[in-house]
Amino acid sequence: MTQPTSKPMLIKTYNIPGGIHPPENKVQSMQLPLGEIAIPNELVFPLNQHIGTPADPIVNVGDTVLAGEKIAEAVGGLSVPVHASTSGTISAIEDRVLPHTAGITGPCIVLTSDGQHKTIAYTEVKDYHSLQPSQLIEKIRDAGIAGLGGAGFPTAIKLNPSGGIEGQNTINTLILNGTECEPYITADDRLMQDYADDVVAGAELLAFILGSPQRVVIGIEDNKPNAIKAIQTAAQGSSVEVSVFPTKYPSGGEKQLIQILTGQEVASGTIPASLGIVVQNVGTAMAAYRAVRYGEPLTWRITTCVGEALHTQRNIKVLLGTPVQHMLSENGFNATQASRLIMGGPMMGFALPNTDVPIVKTTNCIIAPSQSEMPEPPPAQACIRCGLCAEACPASLLPQQLYWYAKAEEYERLQNHNLFDCIECGACSYVCPSAIPLVQYYRAAKGVIRYQEQEKIKSDHARQRFEFRKLRIERAEQEKEEKRQARKQAAEKAKRLAAEKKAAAAASGEADASKNTAQDAGADPVAAAIAKMQAKAQDPAAEKAKLERAVSSAQSRFEKLESRFIDAEEDQREKLEAQLKQAEVRLKDAKKNLSHFLEAQILETQIESTKPEKPKSPEKADSETNKLKPADEKSLDAAAAAIERAKAKSEAMASMSQEDKLKTQLASLEARVQKAREKLQKAEAEGSEHISAFRTGLEKMETKLATTQKELETLKESN
Amino acid sequence: MFDLIFNHPIIAALIGLGGLALVFGGILGFAAVKFKVEGDPIVEQIDSLLPQTQCGQCGHPGCRPYAEGIANGEAINKCPPGGQSTINAIASLLDVEAPSLDEEHGEEKELKTVAYIREDECIGCTKCIQACPVDAILGAAKQMHTVIIDECTGCDLCVEPCPVDCIDMIPIDQTVKDWYWEKPETGISTNIIATDREPYNDGQAA
Repeated sequence: MTQPTSKPMLIKTYNIPGGIHPPENKVQSMQLPLGEIAIPNELVFPLNQHIGTPADPIVNVGDTVLAGEKIAEAVGGLSVPVHASTSGTISAIEDRVLPHTAGITGPCIVLTSDGQHKTIAYTEVKDYHSLQPSQLIEKIRDAGIAGLGGAGFPTAIKLNPSGGIEGQNTINTLILNGTECEPYITADDRLMQDYADDVVAGAELLAFILGSPQRVVIGIEDNKPNAIKAIQTAAQGSSVEVSVFPTKYPSGGEKQLIQILTGQEVASGTIPASLGIVVQNVGTAMAAYRAVRYGEPLTWRITTCVGEALHTQRNIKVLLGTPVQHMLSENGFNATQASRLIMGGPMMGFALPNTDVPIVKTTNCIIAPSQSEMPEPPPAQACIRCGLCAEACPASLLPQQLYWYAKAEEYERLQNHNLFDCIECGACSYVCPSAIPLVQYYRAAKGVIRYQEQEKIKSDHARQRFEFRKLRIERAEQEKEEKRQARKQAAEKAKRLAAEKKAAAAASGEADASKNTAQDAGADPVAAAIAKMQAKAQDPAAEKAKLERAVSSAQSRFEKLESRFIDAEEDQREKLEAQLKQAEVRLKDAKKNLSHFLEAQILETQIESTKPEKPKSPEKADSETNKLKPADEKSLDAAAAAIERAKAKSEAMASMSQEDKLKTQLASLEARVQKAREKLQKAEAEGSEHISAFRTGLEKMETKLATTQKELETLKESN
Repeated sequence: MFDLIFNHPIIAALIGLGGLALVFGGILGFAAVKFKVEGDPIVEQIDSLLPQTQCGQCGHPGCRPYAEGIANGEAINKCPPGGQSTINAIASLLDVEAPSLDEEHGEEKELKTVAYIREDECIGCTKCIQACPVDAILGAAKQMHTVIIDECTGCDLCVEPCPVDCIDMIPIDQTVKDWYWEKPETGISTNIIATDREPYNDGQAA
């Protein structure tokens, strides 16, 4: 097998199921030798010319770059870098229309060329056998090489089929794909004729990287006799086989070519490497060789320019990033004649929405057909179930069945019928007598299924997060509840302890207490007030300290806020102002509480002193009286007087009838209202800031007055 | 044994059938314990079909409660983010007729959207963070907040609580990665005769 042969027809090839024989139309572009066009003024480099993660720009707008300089670095494993294809200045890094049928924009680096085409110095490697395969793979990756056949899969990944695991996917066959089965395209034909030596050298290089597989074969369809001859001559004396097989579309599909050359079928859902086979395009092999041997990154490719709307139909050596418009005008494009513009072949390519898009690494052909050359497909008619599509399918699928399911959007059934084994070659659509755009249906269904899968992943993720959030909130609630319970228990305990203390105290002074009760029988409100004061005075020192703390903390907060308010920006002021006011109110409250407390203490001492029959523990009385400052003496007296008054009043009230009671209340209320009015007037006159407080107080009192009056009237009526 | 069967066929039959009933009863009882299914599998299945936006447009606080509601006989057409495809999927799961979307709960959005916080205007009130059902908003009190686009389900729930109205729902840009071909028009064209057809204009190369 490994010996060179001058009779390629002797190598056994196999047949694939299905396939079609569309008009080849390859002659037009092969009449002229490989052409070159002028360097365009502006080149556009999409960051994602390959399958995988987009590259990351490493240049800035305004930078000057040379041809071959890296302008975007690969990101992650499944990615390749991008290189400038000529010298010039980076004029923009922005979203531009991509070579895509929907005219979607994507991130691109835009280069304004200087027309000099100055190249950076490449590092040559005379004998790559001295390097490790891993080093060579790194060189190939660094040169930005992705499958030039059309798919754009990063070549370096394919060259490492074991994925770093020893003994996995050992390669026994390397196939170079020179089939080029699609009509019109002749880029690889031209490449194999003009660069035969590089292609064969590339085959040897890839074989070396892959650990010298037993078989290295270049597969070429028999409609390219010149390319076959050139490759055979170049392969003379090497271990590279040249296998020629009958022309049939789509022999150039990866899985189809493997079947033709080895008779093996790649199982559904697996990759060729699982059979020990690697397939690379001839152009990729050449680019890999040039990258290793001459250090030359991927900056140009051969692209077929064909179609009756062009004056010159030929293959050209084109710099990557060249706008299609420039390439077309260099070849005498007549826009009025063109029916549309196709990137790729007529079977699997796509219509371009505009001509501003650049040539990328995967652009093997641009077709500018005339109306008569590629007329608009006739309208689709009903499926007549002729079965021609099933006969044409190279993947042995059931296109008709897939069509029904795709039409009915039964995605599960489509997957059960192996929709994803469809290579979208278009053979079924080509043979369909009803002109049904079958592949369109499959593409749409595949898209929807992929989309749904993505959505499923996303929704699962969202569910996870939602459930986690629920859990988190529940946990927080639980923690809060636990804390609340703990606080409650602590409070209960404190209460119990206090009660026990009180009980003990009560037991010691029971007799006095009963006397007290007798004394206060007629003055319930006063007794209640006294009890409250007593409870508060349980630990007056601590209480006082607490209130004082509150005052000082409120004070410090107020001061802090004030200083912040002064420093604050204009837009923050409003917010701070509100906070400041709040702090002020709090400070006032705290101060008020403290003064109330002090008053209450005084009051209590006074009360105790006014009840000579109540026995006092001498040290307590001492401590309390000691605390009273001389300045408080006056208020002390006033409080005592007030209490006396209240006592007398309540005693009098108790003896009064209901009506009298109400009358007295009314009188006192009227007096209070009068007083409040006076106060308000005074406040208004002074412009005090508490006017509103006075006013509401007055209003409240007035309503109270009104209700008391009413009550009195009703009482009178009922009497 | 045979005597019993021949002499007392009725009793023999009763004994035989009773014995069988006991045996199978035992097997079923064992199986019920051994192969007990935790939870309600139908709720799980419905939940997995719902879009998990957790938007609450159905009137439930999240997708799972709605799935439970459906399992208890609620209408299946209350989910606007899922749209008709979700309704169809649930209908085929439950083997019922697929109704059309109940517009009362909202309309199906044509474009997918994500929340976007105009960060200059954010005052850091954390209200949107509390509203987000999937914790997709990042931020702290008095600090600027931002939305993690990949986690946002586009449920809208954060827009309402924002006191300064700085949250927009913006449609997601389509990229090459999530673009896919549209299904061709399925109707059979009426202008089959070539001369009846409209002259071809679209895609005319400039």
